[in-house]
Amino acid sequence: MSQDPSRFIARHVIGLPRSGIRDFFELVAGMKDVISLGIGEPDFSTPWHIREAAIYSLEKGRTFYTSNLGLIELRREISKYIGRNFGIEYDASSEVLVAVGVSEAMDIALRAVLNPGDKVMYQDPCFVSYHPTVMLSHGVGVSIKTDAKSAFTIKAEEVKKAWEPGCKVLMINLPCNPTGGVAEKAELEEIARFAIEKDMLVISDEIYAELTYEGEHVSIASLPGMQERTIFLHGFSKAWAMTGWRLGYACAPSHLIEAMMKVHQYSMMCASIIAQDAGIEALRNGDDAVQKMKVSYKRRRDLVLRRFNEMGLACHKPNATFYAFPNITSTGMSSVEFAKALLEDEKVAMVPGTAFGEYGEGFVRCSFATGYDQLVEACNRIERFVKNHTS
Amino acid sequence: MMKRLFLYSYFLLAIHKLSRTVSAQMSEVFKLLAEGERLNESQMAQILGMSVPEIEAELEALTDKGMLLGWIPVLNPEFEEEAYVRAVIEVKITPERDGGFNRLAERISRFDEVESCYLMSGAYDLLVIVKNRSLQKVASFVSERLSTIEGVLSTATHFMLRAYKEQGYAIAQSEEEKSRLDVTP
Repeated sequence: MSQDPSRFIARHVIGLPRSGIRDFFELVAGMKDVISLGIGEPDFSTPWHIREAAIYSLEKGRTFYTSNLGLIELRREISKYIGRNFGIEYDASSEVLVAVGVSEAMDIALRAVLNPGDKVMYQDPCFVSYHPTVMLSHGVGVSIKTDAKSAFTIKAEEVKKAWEPGCKVLMINLPCNPTGGVAEKAELEEIARFAIEKDMLVISDEIYAELTYEGEHVSIASLPGMQERTIFLHGFSKAWAMTGWRLGYACAPSHLIEAMMKVHQYSMMCASIIAQDAGIEALRNGDDAVQKMKVSYKRRRDLVLRRFNEMGLACHKPNATFYAFPNITSTGMSSVEFAKALLEDEKVAMVPGTAFGEYGEGFVRCSFATGYDQLVEACNRIERFVKNHTS
Repeated sequence: MMKRLFLYSYFLLAIHKLSRTVSAQMSEVFKLLAEGERLNESQMAQILGMSVPEIEAELEALTDKGMLLGWIPVLNPEFEEEAYVRAVIEVKITPERDGGFNRLAERISRFDEVESCYLMSGAYDLLVIVKNRSLQKVASFVSERLSTIEGVLSTATHFMLRAYKEQGYAIAQSEEEKSRLDVTP
């Protein structure tokens, strides 16, 4: 008698959708000469002075566990950095937790605060792991529509429309992967008032804050009455080009950090000490390198934005991140059809918008964190493709 | 084909006293040039959203102001068609009542074999970088030309043996391995 092979798998894991990114990765993996605009990470290696600090750390024999919360020197640097750049004061000894990337910080935050069935609001489209992480924490996702008309910022009106009884947490990611949407202060203020009114906890992932090209980044945690109900997440992957180091952190009132620390200490113990030593160097001396990379991204943003609009793929201006999110409906194709056909015909990879949520239909994500010449060539190919598919 | 130009040998700008003249009103064109990418006028125009004539006018203005001194390719010394010798020379000179070190420094700078000449703080006065086709030619420049100038008190010549980084471009290092996956979140 044959037995069900999935009988050992938990129901809520079986219920998790496959990642649209992974499906697409498998398509691209077998092909040659593809220009990939599907890569969600910088094309720069980590600045040398940061790598060198890690080498020095190894040479000194710093190979041990650290405090569960992370090295106090790093937490102090984080506290200073957030105070200086975001205008929010956190106590290094009790209000900062160093995690293995923002992904882990997000996971332990949700696991620390959700009871089974609690509802979590999140913007759509959003980073691929948000909804699955909510599901893995036995929560229920409630999506908030964002759209190109408002350049994919989160509108307070949409938050109110989506809200339903039982919503305990509001997750936001501004600037946003995949849309490049940024925080609008007036909207954030209204969202903050609504979060207070409905007594929601806010988890704010601000990993792209440094890569803001126009306007000034505003953190919801800096608004009146919000620090006490916000878990602020940030990390080194994007602005410092440190994706593979897996280093992020959470800042929040001490009782929330303490709860997250319980989950973190039993599952992860601590982030790698080598990465933490590198993080100290990044925060102390990394500003110039970040600035230089930002200038380079902005130039590429300007190129792809202009080219998309010229070729008839309407694209809002992404004021931050290294993603453009053009509308492809003029071709009459769905996001997945467009991405697959573009890959087959022209060997350019872009991720279908639907990999990031239902409201991503009609869009594709273009990561412009790739060489300028490659981008020019990719734009030429996309233009040819669009011409061939619109009459 | 032996690559005469170093792999990343984009054109380098000789920029005059960068730190002094870089200001808030520094033109976009200048910023682009200072990043050292090899771009022609039409590429610059595309990046900056300007017209080619505008770019040309900007470049001319930068040259007129003495900010932009010229265009030199950065070559890998190991692949020079004609091998050459380079030396750095520490020179002590007597300052003069009117003009201090300037007259002598300018005089030394005029020699074709002098690539660069700087007034230094510390144990000596001028740092002179000299390039020529052979060790003998550099030696005779030092002994016959440089040392004999009235006001030059002493020289100390150091020959360069190998270049590891030239004008910001690393030479002898192994290629960095870039291993990003094709598609990531």
